[in-house]
Amino acid sequence: MMEFGFSISPSSTMNLDKVDFSLYERLCEIEPDAKKCMACGSCSATCTAGQWTGMSVRKVLLDIQRGKEAEAARLLKGCMLCGKCTMVCPRGINTRHLILSLCRIYGEDEK
Amino acid sequence: MIYQGKQKIWSDYQKEIPDNHWFYVRSCIRQSFFPASERYFMKICRDLLGKDIYETEHHTTCGGIAYHSDTIPQETAMTIVARQFALMKEAGYKNLVTSCITSFGNYTEILETWREFPELEARIRENLWKACRREFDKPEYLAHASDLVYKFRHEIASKAKYNLVDHMTGEPLRVVEHIGCHYSKMFPHKGVGGAEYPCVLSGMVDSWGGQVIDYPERRHCCGFGFRQYLVKANRGYSIANTHKKFESMEPYHPDMIITNCPGCPYFLDRWQYVISEMEGKTYGRNGYGIPVFTYEEVAGLVLGFDPWDLGLQLHQVAVEPLLEKMGIPYNPKTKYLGLNGKEIMKPGLPTVLKCC
Amino acid sequence: MKDNIVIVGGGIAGMEAARQLLLLGYKPILVEKSDHLGGHVADWHCLFPDMTPAQQVVKDLTEQIKDANIFLETEVSFINKMKMGYNVMFSNGVNVICKAILLATGFDLFDASKKEEYGYGIYDQVMTNKDLEHWFNTGDDKRITGKDIKKIGFVHCVGSRDVKAGNQQCSKVCCITAIKQAMEMKERFPDAEVYCFYMDLRLFGKKYEDFYIKAQMESGVHFIRGRVSEVSENLQGQVIVKTEDTLSGKPAKITLDLLVLMAGIVCNREAVQTASMVQVPIDSDGFLKSRDNILNIIETDSKGVFLAGTATGAKTIPETAAEARAVALAIHNYLVSQQ
Repeated sequence: MMEFGFSISPSSTMNLDKVDFSLYERLCEIEPDAKKCMACGSCSATCTAGQWTGMSVRKVLLDIQRGKEAEAARLLKGCMLCGKCTMVCPRGINTRHLILSLCRIYGEDEK
Repeated sequence: MIYQGKQKIWSDYQKEIPDNHWFYVRSCIRQSFFPASERYFMKICRDLLGKDIYETEHHTTCGGIAYHSDTIPQETAMTIVARQFALMKEAGYKNLVTSCITSFGNYTEILETWREFPELEARIRENLWKACRREFDKPEYLAHASDLVYKFRHEIASKAKYNLVDHMTGEPLRVVEHIGCHYSKMFPHKGVGGAEYPCVLSGMVDSWGGQVIDYPERRHCCGFGFRQYLVKANRGYSIANTHKKFESMEPYHPDMIITNCPGCPYFLDRWQYVISEMEGKTYGRNGYGIPVFTYEEVAGLVLGFDPWDLGLQLHQVAVEPLLEKMGIPYNPKTKYLGLNGKEIMKPGLPTVLKCC
Repeated sequence: MKDNIVIVGGGIAGMEAARQLLLLGYKPILVEKSDHLGGHVADWHCLFPDMTPAQQVVKDLTEQIKDANIFLETEVSFINKMKMGYNVMFSNGVNVICKAILLATGFDLFDASKKEEYGYGIYDQVMTNKDLEHWFNTGDDKRITGKDIKKIGFVHCVGSRDVKAGNQQCSKVCCITAIKQAMEMKERFPDAEVYCFYMDLRLFGKKYEDFYIKAQMESGVHFIRGRVSEVSENLQGQVIVKTEDTLSGKPAKITLDLLVLMAGIVCNREAVQTASMVQVPIDSDGFLKSRDNILNIIETDSKGVFLAGTATGAKTIPETAAEARAVALAIHNYLVSQQ
């Protein structure tokens, strides 16, 4: 093979045909309120850990809806379970409980 | 796909193209990439169709390539274009036809800019006078050479020696048509058929017996993208666009690609070799690529000109399998002979992409 | 007759105004260009927020205005201003002298084929909100009937909030209609994944937000925030949709079996002609111009000429009906003041 000094750039397009919804569906089974998020960003704005670690419940949910499990797990590691996000969620999602449920699913998968 | 729906849109984007008397401006790069295309456009128009197409050795680049590569400001390009208009006026013509899509886009953009900002046109008139003591009239009609071939497509079909069909089975060839971005994406009403479903090339393919493939990424850029290719650090974006198009058209098994831009056939052709070297992948049958043509080359083949006179030996992707499919005779021994019968150099062979 | 009132348009606004004027003791003359009353609502299946059958609404109103003079398949040919009112000539040859004219001329559904990049009328599996309602009503559409529908998309803002398409207004009802139709499709195709492509969800009306939550919680509709940029067709005849998932900040593409375009509300082109006969101009938003847009939206600067419903901009049915009631009272007050 020839060496050209450049290569085909990878595409950033998300192929929604290939999204694996299985984690999202498992989450929704135990936390149906996960479906209620309207991406307002209140949780991220108030998150104690967010500005240092990138943690955002909104982004975690979006990543899981787009099948990006590893990215969601990475964000979740920043959470300190303080519960501020639960206080501000206008849709009344128990985000703290949701995070714990997600951790439980990830924990089960690691076993 | 509902064909009548496209016909409805085409009827909304009809462009007035005068029948005769054109001032022709060539492309900077096409004579190197596709050396016979412009010559055969002239030959077909003048000798076969009896049209008056005039050109002068005094015309220069339109400046479009430099404008799109960020090396000259638009006002410089405008003054260059004003000089071409002056040459047209001096030669007594009112209709301007360009060989290059970026020229066509450049001329169109300038005329539209002047329409909206007449004071800019006045300044360019002054610039031109100061620079070379010339005066210009704006063209009454501006067309791309593919508009003319589109207009004459039925006449060409009536003189055709070969059609875009598999001569063994009678099946129409499956043809991808690729329109240069600067043809109608900036000004949809200036292109035949508009920007979403242009019919300037598909109309030729239809009249010459082929079947147009409408694949998902047909609107996408060929990958040239000026800065994306010209700066080596960006070249990965250039080839990624071409790769995206080929991946999208692959399931349709195209026999050939027809284009109307200087950059598109070059990149769609040459990048097939680079993709084959990088990825080990080819898109044609049996390890060959998909041959890519200018519309003049396709018209030339249909009219029965010798493939090597049309310059097809300068393509990266071998054209021989397609010639055989169309039943066009060719002499492999004369492929690399110049006009004087002397051997021109033979290219090296790629590792993966099969060539003849 | 001295108290003649001409109502142009037999949609919800015209019918409800006629009903109220009858209750006030007038006998309005209602002209409708099509062969039936009810306007666009007559083509609809069920109405948000309570899934009321549209036919029932039209039927109820029709029954209550049977004492009005109703001319179907009739248009206004010309209107001459007279000293005390107007002389109106209809296309059926009837000539009326009246003191008040109500323009309840409604809207045109945006012609979705103008958004060429969405391929309506070109790709097999692209339809409009109206086509889908037609299928709900009749079960007859080759894009759905007998097809294996596994993925459905709804495109918001088709011909709305779109300067290039000639209409920069929000059509107001499309967000809730998309959600309504998405849920209705999910009921009919429980195994299908349903996507809504939106820029904002403008769910302002009574119980609309409840619809949204229900669509998320019960129907599992996927909401993707981003305007669809282009649509193409693949070898299998499915549509490929490109959009940006703006929440992720990345371009996205998806293959769908059916794409429904939420065609927006634009001013009725023929109404512009009629309005010009009574010197009612077009406002900067492309709809008929009211005297002002706060307290006098149903009045015009032309004496005795009134407006109601979507002639002045996109409205829901309850909003249209409320305006129609208000205009009936305004006409009554005007006629009393003229005696």
